[in-house]
Amino acid sequence: MTPRRAEHVAIGLMVSGAFLALAILFFIIAVIMIKGLPHITARFLLDNPMDMGRAGGIFSTIVSTVYLLVVSLVIAIPLGVGTAIYLTEYTEEGKITKIVRFGTECLAGVPSIILGLFGFILFVIKLGFGWSVLSGGISLAIMILPVIIRTSEEAIKSVPQAFRDVNEVLGGSKWQGVTRLVLPNAAPGILTGVILSVGRGIGETAVVIFTLGTSLRTPFSIFDSGRSMAVHFYILAREGISMDNAYATAAVLVFSILIINIFSYYLMHKFVEARR
Amino acid sequence: MSAADIKRKEKLIQRIFLVVAFSSLFSLFLIALFIFVEGLPMIWKVGLKDFLLSTRWSPTKGHFGIFAMIVSSFWVTIGALLFGGPLGLMCSIFLVEFSSARMRAVIKPALELLAGIPSVVYGFLGVVYLVPLVRDYLGGPGLSLLTSCIILGIMILPTVISISVDSLVAVPDSYREAAFSLGATRWQTTHMVTLHAAKSGIITALVLGMGRAVGETMAVIMIAGNALKIPLSPLDPIRTLTSNIALEMGYASGLHRQALFATGIVLFFFVMALNMIATLFARRKVLK
Amino acid sequence: MSAKTVVIEARDVSLRVGEKKILERINLEIRRNEIFGIMGPAGSGKTSFLKLVNHTFRAAGMALEGALYVLGEDVLGEDVNPTPLRRKVSMVFATPVVLPMSIFENLVYGLKIQGIRDKHTLREAAERGLKAAILWEEVRDRLHKPAQKLSGGQQQRLCIARAMALSPEILLLDEPTSGLDPISTFRIEEALKELKRHHAIVLVSNNTKQIARVSDRCAFFLMGELIETGKTAQVFTVPKEKKTDDYIAGRFG
Repeated sequence: MTPRRAEHVAIGLMVSGAFLALAILFFIIAVIMIKGLPHITARFLLDNPMDMGRAGGIFSTIVSTVYLLVVSLVIAIPLGVGTAIYLTEYTEEGKITKIVRFGTECLAGVPSIILGLFGFILFVIKLGFGWSVLSGGISLAIMILPVIIRTSEEAIKSVPQAFRDVNEVLGGSKWQGVTRLVLPNAAPGILTGVILSVGRGIGETAVVIFTLGTSLRTPFSIFDSGRSMAVHFYILAREGISMDNAYATAAVLVFSILIINIFSYYLMHKFVEARR
Repeated sequence: MSAADIKRKEKLIQRIFLVVAFSSLFSLFLIALFIFVEGLPMIWKVGLKDFLLSTRWSPTKGHFGIFAMIVSSFWVTIGALLFGGPLGLMCSIFLVEFSSARMRAVIKPALELLAGIPSVVYGFLGVVYLVPLVRDYLGGPGLSLLTSCIILGIMILPTVISISVDSLVAVPDSYREAAFSLGATRWQTTHMVTLHAAKSGIITALVLGMGRAVGETMAVIMIAGNALKIPLSPLDPIRTLTSNIALEMGYASGLHRQALFATGIVLFFFVMALNMIATLFARRKVLK
Repeated sequence: MSAKTVVIEARDVSLRVGEKKILERINLEIRRNEIFGIMGPAGSGKTSFLKLVNHTFRAAGMALEGALYVLGEDVLGEDVNPTPLRRKVSMVFATPVVLPMSIFENLVYGLKIQGIRDKHTLREAAERGLKAAILWEEVRDRLHKPAQKLSGGQQQRLCIARAMALSPEILLLDEPTSGLDPISTFRIEEALKELKRHHAIVLVSNNTKQIARVSDRCAFFLMGELIETGKTAQVFTVPKEKKTDDYIAGRFG
C-alpha cells in the first residue's frame, strides 16, 4: 500500500470511528426523547407514583433524587474542595500529596456496586441509619469525592500564582489569600466539577439502590427511605411494570443530564476564557 | 495578633486541611475494611479453593463457588476492550490529529456526554434494541456475553477517549513537525511518532477502561442473562461478579450475604490490580 | 523620623540555598527620602535581596547569615511577624498584577485584610494611593470599573497606588517598568520622584539608564556580591571598580 493510500484508509477509519460513536450517542438520546417526551406532562412530574409506578407520576422520586444529591454535595464539597486546597496551597509536592492522589485515583476506580455493599453494611446495618437519605447521601458523597477533588485542584491551580504573591506583599495571611483570592477565582471551575458530579449522581443506581432503598414514599426526614429516579427507572424497566412510564422517566433523567452537561460545559468555557 | 499567634493559627488551618485531605484515603480504607471483614470469614469457612475454583453456586445448599462468574467477568472485560478500545482510539486520534479546532470543540463535549448517560439507560436500550438483533441474526437467547461486550464497549468509550486524547495532546508538536519535515504523511507521523510517544498514556486509558467494564453492574444485569455457568460461546448468557452481588443482595442473609461480600473482595482485587497497572503506566509517562 | 534616617541596613548578609550562594556578605544602607537603585545582570541576587527585606524569600534548604535591619528590626530571624512588616514595607512586581476586581477593591485590598471596614477610611486611602502614583486624575470617575480594563502602564501605577494605600515607609520595586512603553515608564519614574519626598524607595532594575535617571544612590550587584555602592552621580562617572565600569558601559550584562 502506498503512503497515500494508507493515509486515505486511515483517515477513513478514524472518521468512521468518530462518526459511529457520535451516531450511538445520537441514537440513545433520540430514542429516549422520542419515546419518552410524549408521556411527560405536568401531572407526570407533579403526581406521586401509584400502583408501583404503573400509574401516576414520578414526583416522589424527583424529591428523593434532589434530596439525596443535596445531602451528598453538602458532605462531598467541603471534603473535596478542602483536599484540593491542601494539595495546592498548604503543602509541597512530596510523599503526602502522592499518597493522597493515589488514594483519590483508587477511590475513583472503586466500582459502584462495591460502594453500594459498603454503604449498606456500614450505614444501613452497622450504624443503624437504615435505608435512608443519610445512608445514600454519604455513600454517594464518597463516589463523587474524587471528581470534586480533581476538578477543584485543577481550578485552584489555574489561579495565577501572582495573586497569592500580591496578597502576601500586602500583608495578607495564607488563609486570607485562599478565602479572598484563590477560592473566588477558582469558583467557576469548582462549580463545573460539582455540576458534573451531580450529573453522575443523578444517573447512579448501584450505590443508591442498596443505601437509599426503594420506597416510593416522599422522604421527609433524613432517615427516611426513598427511591431515586434512576432506581425507579431501573425497577420499571427490569420488572416490566410500565414501558411508557419507564421511557418517560428515562427522558426526564437524560434531559436533566443533558442540561447539566451543557451548563457545566458553558461554565468551563467561560472560566477558561476569563483566564486568558 | 503576635507573630506566634498568626503562626499558630496558620498551623491549625493547615492541620485541619491535612485531616480533610485524608478523607478519600480514609474512605478507601473503610471500604476495604468492611468488605474484607464481612467477606473473609466466609472464605475461611468454605475454603479459598472451593470458593474461587468451584462452579457450583447454590446458596440454599451451601455451595458458594464463583469460578463461572470470574471467567464471565474476565471475558466480558476483554470483550468490552475489543469493542471499546479500537473505537475509542479511532475517535481520539481523529479528534487530536485529523480534525480542526472547531470540530473538536463540538465533538469532544458530545462524546463526553456518553459518560453522563446513566448505566441503566444503556442496559435498557441494550435489552430493547440490541438483544433482539443478536437473537434474530446470530442465535441464542440474545441476553449474552456478546451483547454485554458491545454495550460495555460503548460505556467505556468516554474513559478511553478522554485519557488517550489527553496523552495525544501532550505529545509535543515538535515531534510531529520533525516527522513532517522528513516527508512523512500525517498518518505515518501519527502511527510511527505520535502514537509511539503517547503509548503509555494510551495503555493507561485502555486499562482504566477495563476497570470501568469489570465494575459495571446495572447495565450488565439487564443484558447478560445472568445464567450460572461458564460461557462456551459469545452467545451464551453470563453472570458477572458484579451482577451476582446486585442480584442476590436484596434477599441474602447469613453465610449467603457473606459470600456476596467475598465476591466483592475478588472484584476489589481485580479493580485495584487494574488501577495499579494504570498508575504504573501513567508514572512511566512522567519519567520519560 | 528625621530626614536621612537609615531605614534599611544590611550587615554581612549572606544567603545560601543548598550549596548555591545567592548573596555573599552584603553591606549597605538605604535611607529615607532617597531612591536607592540596585542594578546588576540576571542572577546577581538583587531580587533575592529585595525579598529578604519584606520577608518573602522562601526556598527549601535556605540558610541566612548576618543581620538585616528594616526600620530598626532584624528581619532575618524565624520569629519575625511578617504582617506588620509588609504593611510598612510594600512591594511592586515586574509585571503588573491587578486582582480581578474593581479599581477601588484593588486599592483597598491591603486595608480590608487588616479588618478595616470604615468606608471613609477606605476611600481616603484609595485616593491617597492613586494620587501618590499620579493615577488619580485618570481613573477618579471610574473607580468601580474592573481594574483589568486599564492599560499596562496604568495597571502598574495601580499596583504602586495599591502599595501606597497602605501608607508604607518603604516601597520596594522589582523592575517595575520592564514590560512598559517609554511614556508609561516616564510616568512611573515621575511618580517615584514624588514619592521619595516622604518615603524610602528601593528600585531594582537591570536598566542602568533608569538607575542613572532616577536614583540618588545606587549599588551594583554581581553574582551575589555587592561590587560597589555610592552616590549615583559618582558611580556612573567615576566608578571605583573596573567591573562596575564595564557593566555601565554595556560590556557585559
